[in-house]
Amino acid sequence: MFDKRVETAAEALAGVKDGDAIMLSGFQRIGVPDHLIMALIETGVKGLTVIANSTGAHGSGIAKLVAAGRVERIVASSARGQGAEMTPFEMAWFAGKIGLELVPQGSFAERIRAGGAGHAGFYTPVAVGTDLAAGKEERRFGGRDYILETALTADFAMLRAERGDRYGNLVFRGSQANFGPVMATAAKITAVEVNHLEEDALDPHGIHTPGIFVDRVLHVPGGA
Amino acid sequence: MIKPLTRNQMAWRAAQDVADRSYVNLGIGIPVLVANYIPRERSVMLQSENGILGIGPAPAKADIDPYFVDAGGQKVSLAHGGMLTDSVGAFTMITGGHIDVTLLGAFQVGYNGDFANWDAKLPNKGPLVGGAMDLAAGAREVRLIMAHTTREGEPRLVAACTYPLTARGRASRIYTDLAVVDVTPSGFVVREMVEGMSAGALAAKSGAPLAFASDCKTLAAPDL
Repeated sequence: MFDKRVETAAEALAGVKDGDAIMLSGFQRIGVPDHLIMALIETGVKGLTVIANSTGAHGSGIAKLVAAGRVERIVASSARGQGAEMTPFEMAWFAGKIGLELVPQGSFAERIRAGGAGHAGFYTPVAVGTDLAAGKEERRFGGRDYILETALTADFAMLRAERGDRYGNLVFRGSQANFGPVMATAAKITAVEVNHLEEDALDPHGIHTPGIFVDRVLHVPGGA
Repeated sequence: MIKPLTRNQMAWRAAQDVADRSYVNLGIGIPVLVANYIPRERSVMLQSENGILGIGPAPAKADIDPYFVDAGGQKVSLAHGGMLTDSVGAFTMITGGHIDVTLLGAFQVGYNGDFANWDAKLPNKGPLVGGAMDLAAGAREVRLIMAHTTREGEPRLVAACTYPLTARGRASRIYTDLAVVDVTPSGFVVREMVEGMSAGALAAKSGAPLAFASDCKTLAAPDL
């Protein structure tokens, strides 16, 4: 019988190790797996590559993970904090202690999609002629220039969703989905914290992420 | 005495050009203010790259739903007929050419339509590209809203951008606090200027040659 429910965050993160690549969902504090990120800090793993849209606002889980010195490199579309105070990432980056691969947000999402779908990469017109195309293969199709962007995959994806069931099916709410559905497809192990964990199966017509992409579901009540 | 337009007036002017039944993405800063001034009789779907198509009016405090934020992190409502998707869906709309127009802020724009809006190379702030390059490459039309000069009086309409580019040759119209300027195959063409502004005075505030439309009009906006 399919049952992907786990009782504790430690079970959700079992197997995570030093040097892992970790995808973290979330956009502007919505859909961020804060509970799992705090549990990840507690495991003590280090040398991580974090793949997340942002390098972390003040007080966010990613900022805490960076401040704890666990992150070697981040792949993101935003590495700038809001307000005058520098974020833990900005401090580490200007000190040369952390790596950054900055990616246009749509290319970031599509690279993860390619990883989840088994593609090696794709050609895109985005970023052609800019600093973010540096070192990337350029090729012309139908009179327009494109660059090659390669797939992103990870050892773990950690997401937050509104609803889950024991099959691992997920439903998101509002602007919470963002990178969650695509990250679920591109990691060896996908762990999800959900506001509501259903005993019964979710309505199949409304499922956003099919359970085939999800390995562990943890009940963590508490909003977006 | 020449009166430059305020931020709200610049947004108002840009809003007058937003077509009925169009799909529009508004960047952070002055562009999001455009939503307040789109003529009521026009039906426009505002897209946010974190997965909302159809952003409604700013919600009253009592109506705030914490699951709904826009790309700038502001709490938003959903318009009638609006829908939700994930980042892959949102960027398929953007890079696939389904967004009719994007209005973006910029540091500089070249007479050839190159523009720069993502990395000011600040000494204590990390880079943030977000969805800017995706929008710049993928939207059918890219319009910019920006002050005509820097606070120090340096031109922002230039012969060649010195800041890192967002895209090459994609800007088609610029709304400044002094003028409405089109980017044409032969360079900048001024369509409107604020009252009292002379061609010579505007040219002196611009870093590339300006041509003036034969029917160049007065740029006027209501008090806002």
